[in-house]
Amino acid sequence: MGTGDPSGMSIAHSVASSMGGIRTAGDLVARMQLSRKMRLPEAKQFVADRLGISVLELCDSTVMRRLREELDIGVITAVPGAAKGVEAKARIAELLGVKINCVELMKRRIGAPIGV
Amino acid sequence: MTTILTRMGDGYAVEMTPEEVREDLAAGSADAAKKGKIPVLEPDEFDYLFDMFANPIRVWGVQRGHEAVLTKDGSTNSLYSAQLSSGVGLPLGREQAFRVFERAFAFDTMEVGHTDYSVKPAKPIVVLEQSHVEAVLANTIIPVFYGFMPNLGLYFRPDGPYPNPADLLPRGDIAGARAATEEAAAKVVEDLNWYVDKMAEVGADGINFDTTASTGDGEFFATLQAVEHAVKTTDMAVEVGMAAECVLGFHGQVEYDGQRLAGMWPHQQLHVVEKAGAHIFGPVVNTNSRRSTPWNLARAVTFVKAVSAEASIPIHPNVGMGVGGVPMFECPPIDVVSRCSAAMVEIGCADGL
Repeated sequence: MGTGDPSGMSIAHSVASSMGGIRTAGDLVARMQLSRKMRLPEAKQFVADRLGISVLELCDSTVMRRLREELDIGVITAVPGAAKGVEAKARIAELLGVKINCVELMKRRIGAPIGV
Repeated sequence: MTTILTRMGDGYAVEMTPEEVREDLAAGSADAAKKGKIPVLEPDEFDYLFDMFANPIRVWGVQRGHEAVLTKDGSTNSLYSAQLSSGVGLPLGREQAFRVFERAFAFDTMEVGHTDYSVKPAKPIVVLEQSHVEAVLANTIIPVFYGFMPNLGLYFRPDGPYPNPADLLPRGDIAGARAATEEAAAKVVEDLNWYVDKMAEVGADGINFDTTASTGDGEFFATLQAVEHAVKTTDMAVEVGMAAECVLGFHGQVEYDGQRLAGMWPHQQLHVVEKAGAHIFGPVVNTNSRRSTPWNLARAVTFVKAVSAEASIPIHPNVGMGVGGVPMFECPPIDVVSRCSAAMVEIGCADGL
């Protein structure tokens, strides 16, 4: 993105053009760019298909807030008992069919079979 | 409507007639096309930009469904650091700041980085950096990058051990300057590779080589070698963000994959970054503070559109202060930042910012 005070830069871009991170499906689409070098339309379609929703709904916080809680992949509000951190990412890895480095690391450390 | 209120490249407000805005849009795009030998924007793209600037609404945005992925350079500095990073000096640790970006700003990804943000000073504290990355990996959900600048300049005297090409070149010692660049570049590759391995050890999702080629073609070459190392030996994603629109030829003869790096424009930089194996490319187009934002933005999206058209990997252009059409000011005005943000996605076809 770039440098600038948080209000004029980070928040401005977040409002103008961002997918919305874990409010919506932004982190999931980002995962596909990082893991498979997918360009934006392909990454969005892939995630939408996995979630069983439309591409337009990926950035709909009303849809995604509920869906994320249902899938237990982490929600943006502080909900006791909801998956957080590595637990949420383990489910995301399974949902998207990708490897997430820290999840793999945790599995190795606790002796769990990879892919479980 | 008699005038359009927009901004100059230094952030100051300026009133322009519709004809002046259209002229600046055309001139900015033409300047990029001439320098990069790339196409100018299409008529409907000029219309989009004109309508956007002519609209008096304060905040602009992309069409619903066109939202893009955010990656962040400069780490969390803007929250806790000082003016040097446009920071607002909040009493927050980096882990707290990271979570603010995830939870309050709803960022799609975020990164951890040393306050100085260059790889050289980050080396002695690598275990601290690894600890911070481990902590955010354990407690957050969005992808975690570790970011730094290769910053080859710090390896030259008086900051480093190698003779400074900026001292040697004015004396006509071109061979000496080239040798110094080559020696320093070899050292920075060693440091970058070592740091990449350290971040892979703790399970980071990605590494962000930011402000790449700030010291010209030698630094670009070193970074490309480090990208190759990261891609071949780790499972991390690699983002390469550039320092400027044109690679400076401090050395002048450095080649990668048979192509001379000096003088490369963004769409040419893309191809060597792709060849090295990177996952995301971040082109930079510099802002001219004496020109209007319509001129700067039309120029920037012309360059970025040419990159996007040829890319096989996601493109995340830099739209921070002083680049991507955004005014060169530490508190960039939201009316033009939001317009630059949206235009980069809608016209530049960016996959993220």
